[in-house]
Amino acid sequence: MSKTFTMDEREIPFVEGQTVMQAALADGVYVPHLCAHPEFKPHGSCRVCTVKVNGRHAASCTLAAREGLVVENQTAELRELRRELVQLLFVEGNHFCPSCEKSGDCKLQALGYELEVKTLHFTQLFPDRPVDASHPDLMLDFNRCILCELCVRASAEVDGRHVFALSGRGIDKHLIVNSESGRLADTSIAATDTAVSVCPVGVILKKGRGFRVPIGQRTYDAAPISAMPEGKKP
Amino acid sequence: MQAVDVKGLLERHRHDPTRLVQMLREVQAAEGWISPTRITELAGALGLPRARVEGVAGFYAFFATTPVGAYRVLFSDNITDRMLGSVALRERLCAKLGVGPGEVRADARVSVAVTSCTGLCDQGPALLVNGHAIGRLTDARIDLIARCIEAQAPVEAWPPELFRIDDVIHRKDLILSSSLRPGEALRAAFARGADATLEELLRSGLRGRGGAGFTTGEKWRAAKLAPGPTRFVVCNADEGEPGTFKDRVLLSRYLDLVLDGMTVCGFAIGAQKGFIYLRGEYLFLQAPIEAALAARRKAHLLGRDVLGHRGFDFEVELHLGAGSYVCGEESALIESLEGKRGIPRSRPPYPVTHGYLGQPTVVNNVETLVAAALVTVNGGAWFAKHGTAKSPGTRVHSVSGDCARPGVYEFPMGLTVQELLDACGAKNAQAVQVSGPSGTLLGPAEFRRKLAFEDVATAGAFTIFGETRDLLDVSVNFAHFFAHESCGFCTPCRVGTTLLKKSIDAIAAERGTRRDVKVALRLAVLMRDTSHCALGHTACAHFLALHEKFKPTIDRRLSSLEFLPTFDLDEALAPAREVTGRDDGQAHLEDT
Ligand SMILES: Cc1cc2nc3c(=O)[nH]c(=O)nc-3n(C[C@H](O)[C@H](O)[C@H](O)COP(=O)(O)O)c2cc1C
Ligand code: SF4
Ligand code: SF4
Repeated sequence: MSKTFTMDEREIPFVEGQTVMQAALADGVYVPHLCAHPEFKPHGSCRVCTVKVNGRHAASCTLAAREGLVVENQTAELRELRRELVQLLFVEGNHFCPSCEKSGDCKLQALGYELEVKTLHFTQLFPDRPVDASHPDLMLDFNRCILCELCVRASAEVDGRHVFALSGRGIDKHLIVNSESGRLADTSIAATDTAVSVCPVGVILKKGRGFRVPIGQRTYDAAPISAMPEGKKP
Repeated sequence: MQAVDVKGLLERHRHDPTRLVQMLREVQAAEGWISPTRITELAGALGLPRARVEGVAGFYAFFATTPVGAYRVLFSDNITDRMLGSVALRERLCAKLGVGPGEVRADARVSVAVTSCTGLCDQGPALLVNGHAIGRLTDARIDLIARCIEAQAPVEAWPPELFRIDDVIHRKDLILSSSLRPGEALRAAFARGADATLEELLRSGLRGRGGAGFTTGEKWRAAKLAPGPTRFVVCNADEGEPGTFKDRVLLSRYLDLVLDGMTVCGFAIGAQKGFIYLRGEYLFLQAPIEAALAARRKAHLLGRDVLGHRGFDFEVELHLGAGSYVCGEESALIESLEGKRGIPRSRPPYPVTHGYLGQPTVVNNVETLVAAALVTVNGGAWFAKHGTAKSPGTRVHSVSGDCARPGVYEFPMGLTVQELLDACGAKNAQAVQVSGPSGTLLGPAEFRRKLAFEDVATAGAFTIFGETRDLLDVSVNFAHFFAHESCGFCTPCRVGTTLLKKSIDAIAAERGTRRDVKVALRLAVLMRDTSHCALGHTACAHFLALHEKFKPTIDRRLSSLEFLPTFDLDEALAPAREVTGRDDGQAHLEDT
């Protein structure tokens, strides 16, 4: 007998050591998330995966699965909290999807559709974030950064290069690169790095391939993010 | 400013990356900022990625990664400083020196800005100059400071009177009237043995004085039983909650009791090493603490075979913070102790099993450790006789705001709000903020409530607002505090604290609408329900309480409209006018 917990009245099996989110996704139940990634340790910063467990809110990505937990996932209350979190991420940066190379392949945008973000609701902060086009093969558009730290983790743990890190705090927290000049060109990054491909939004982009895949044929043009098998997501 | 000897600095810190925050403090103190070159040098020498060192330097408010003035003046910006006139004093200093707020003067001599509460609320308004605290600011003292700066006198040579810090104690009870000698608690612990010492602590029912109120005996026992090759004791002396200053007094007057408490803890749980994490604002306590540690080593109260007790070795190391409230949260504190950005960890696992360097770690508030030392000598039953059944013992309150006698008051747990108001000579109080911005706002209808874990829990701050104060100013101040101190790790608190600040600012400026109130209330729910740590959970509590208990305070400043544009369209055209050199009627919106 495998162990189970309940999510929205469905029995979810799990093995010891799995988180609530890992067990749910493995069982084909979608829990919205941005900073979580199957190849990296749970992070717990975006909070979009917030669920309610035995009446209390918790991030499902860092919550260890336990026998008998009663977890709410797709409720109106949680959808609203998650929608607001996604709205916060939109107003924090500068997102102009129609001119963004990531449009259609972007997890933030896909979650916007999934959670029916129709307006930004909150006051836009319009931060001033210059782009870094110094590298011959890559470009960084910090305007779209959601601070998920996936590139930070990938560069340290997979690529072994430590190209990215975070500095500042609060609303001034921002992505930095590993060079005294602060320019990407002066780091050891390569276009083939996992840190490049792991970016869920349009910050780390390869040069010279703009709109190679036409709008309409991109990942989330085929199916909404909740219906897309985990392995098929960019 | 003196160029730092990087090689010597690294050697003094044993090339130990866990001491990175301490090294950066020294660079900041010597050179006035932390330059890109220094970051590269330190990273290279410590074998850390450069970006990681830059990230640490960029996290703490006291580290400047772009040049600031050779004299860096930071005014304490707690609501109590403001109530004592700090804004006018800051303007006065800026005018005298010819520098704008937040700016560096053209000759790079001086900059004037603000910082979070510096813990001198009973002798404010206060400021820091290059990290050194000055309290009891008046026009005359501001003028003296301006003269010292213009004369380019080194801060060490300024009149010592400026830097006097008073320990204002108005009422003593179990703790503050203690006359235990250094090491007495330790001898009692040795006489009882480790297990019986722990039993006695459990019997006392002592609960943590840092806020959460976790039973101290249980915490020690959990750390003792947790597997691990080594264990640690941490004294949380971050005291960052605005309005709290009792730990400063305890560290200043009762330091040996604190150190006895730490050492007893080490003996009881089997730890060999302890840390004091002292907030950077209390720089003036660094030398006395270092001196006390040296004296205790000499007296065999620290070191190998403490007091001749074979096999019990214990050392204490002092770490200073660098301007970060969240570093008082125990897991963020541990990250900072390890030389990192102060980001709260995901819990569980808790520090008692996975703390400093992943080892079982007890983190206790200063006052908790002092109380533990007293329990070790006098026994658990003695302690439990005081206070209430659920909150045994006494509590040291930091009282400030509108009252005749601000300062420190020790009373048994369970004292009512009114009793404390009477004790400090507060007449006509309109409201009291208990436990700082993250705590509870109480109006007169609630002054009969008890200050105890089972009623109004408190980490020790007690801030009084007289009848003439506008409580919205309090909320504005608290909203700015949280936006400044959010670590930025999680979405709701990082973005939410800034949006809330903007909403409350708009309301205070009479540009707010009902919609701003609605948005603020929604943000409060979002932050409470989805934030990663308690800072975010409580960051909106002040506005919720104001809305619930003092709604007219908000309503009377609201614009009658349901909606106002968040920006002025005509104002937005100003850059275009400047570029085109036009300022005629047609270049303005209202005239078209
Ligand atoms: C944002 C935040 C700041 C905190 N600051 C302090 C502090 O300055 N001093 C303190 O003792 N505890 C502080 N705490 C509580 C600590 O996390 C921890 O509970 C406490 O140090 C445990 O000690 P105790 O059991 O003796 O109370 C803070 C908690 C949070 C969430
Ligand atoms: S990163 Fe995503 S959400 Fe942002 S502009 Fe690009 S497509 Fe839109
Ligand atoms: S709630 Fe605030 S302080 Fe706590 S982790 Fe999130 S951003 Fe940091």
